Amino acid sequence: MSKFLTASIGKKFIMSITGIFLMMFILVHLTINLLLIFDDTGELFNKGAHFMATNPVIKIVEPLLGLGFMIHILWSFVISYQNWRARPIRYAKSNPGESSTWASRNMLILGALVLVFLVTHIINFFWIIKFAPDSMESINGTNMENTYKLVSELFIESIPYCIVYIIGAILLGLHLTHGFWSAFQTLGLNNKNWMKRLEWIAKIYAVIVAVGFSVIPLYFMLVK
Amino acid sequence: MADKILKKLNIKVWRQNRASEKGKFETYTIENISTGSSFLEMLDILNNDLIEKGIDPIAFDHDCREGICGTCSLYINGRPHGPDTEITTCQLHMRKFKEGETIVIEPWRAKAFPVVKDLVVNRTAFDKILQAGGFISVNTGGVPDGNAIPVGYDDAEEAMDAAACIGCGACVAACKNSSAMLFVAAKVSHLAKLPQGKVEAKRRARNMIAKMDELGFGGCTNTGACEVECPKSISISNISRLNREYLVARFSE
Repeated sequence: MSKFLTASIGKKFIMSITGIFLMMFILVHLTINLLLIFDDTGELFNKGAHFMATNPVIKIVEPLLGLGFMIHILWSFVISYQNWRARPIRYAKSNPGESSTWASRNMLILGALVLVFLVTHIINFFWIIKFAPDSMESINGTNMENTYKLVSELFIESIPYCIVYIIGAILLGLHLTHGFWSAFQTLGLNNKNWMKRLEWIAKIYAVIVAVGFSVIPLYFMLVK
Repeated sequence: MADKILKKLNIKVWRQNRASEKGKFETYTIENISTGSSFLEMLDILNNDLIEKGIDPIAFDHDCREGICGTCSLYINGRPHGPDTEITTCQLHMRKFKEGETIVIEPWRAKAFPVVKDLVVNRTAFDKILQAGGFISVNTGGVPDGNAIPVGYDDAEEAMDAAACIGCGACVAACKNSSAMLFVAAKVSHLAKLPQGKVEAKRRARNMIAKMDELGFGGCTNTGACEVECPKSISISNISRLNREYLVARFSE
């Protein structure tokens, strides 16, 4: 097994498995988040957020998710460094735009920018909800964090934060235009018929993620 | 119809005496090149000029000059085999260049392809990968009947498409990671699609990948640049097949 993990395809296997896991998380996260714009009292979103924070399945998945993020991020730096070393002398004149997309060549940069956003995001919300709740609310007799208030206040009060979140969503979308189909390609779940289909599904998925997450700050910025 | 003449071109080319010495770019001027001549003919003319001036001619690989042997290379103006698709450098014509242009010529750049001299690189790494498993073992017996082993039409076609690889190394040169995955994928695929290749499929995938990693090629990040620059347009769907073959081989251990 150690041979597998140090082989080039083994390393990519780890990236694609963790990538697919994170992509599933993003869909769940987006679904819950969209509750923000469908109920202005915030009750629906608060219930959703409370459910996601307390149900037993999530208790198991949450540390796994943390681990998934860590492996995907740390491993990407290791792989990129090793790939970079495979060409000790660079080309003086290179024209890579003729043969590949910008996103596919700059997954590390896009990923690193998403990481910067992720840290901001964790400080803004996750940390407060988890460790320093400042506003509680009671729905049907259950005490829960008023997550709606936390999110809506941040977006209503700060246009710079809205812009940061929209940029974050777009960067993530670009990362996924390549990441989605690439994950299946690496697992060997692709062939000449599925190549175009997977690339299209990747684009649709990336647009849903980028637009879906951007709509929320836009809603609070423009409508509220 | 007479071809147009390019009155003046600047050729900026990598010069390196031997592997152990440092190389550098030199710029030469060449005059009156017909747009109908091939890129390698232009280099032949330039080399004649250099010899007359007492300068060491530029070393570059070439052999059949009809796009089938895989010997010619050259990274021209930022692209392997120059600014055209589905061709090798010997099939590139001077009509693809403009009057007065500076053409930058570099050798393939990869740790696994060290420069021998000027634009010539050592591609024996590819041979070593093939020796690690790119074959079928037929140890005994007479020649079997051609139709004794049935092969489906689609499988035969896909195997032939993969077998079109001439091993020129443009995939490695084009890849931002200097990965040889398209080459290995083509060599694994053309055997994996045929009954004769199935016998040693697992050992082949394992050994060829192990050799590829050992020789210092990078990993694949699916940018697809190799397929675009490949003179034979080998599809990256072969890389997915290679990944599948390798994972199956590993997980069944």
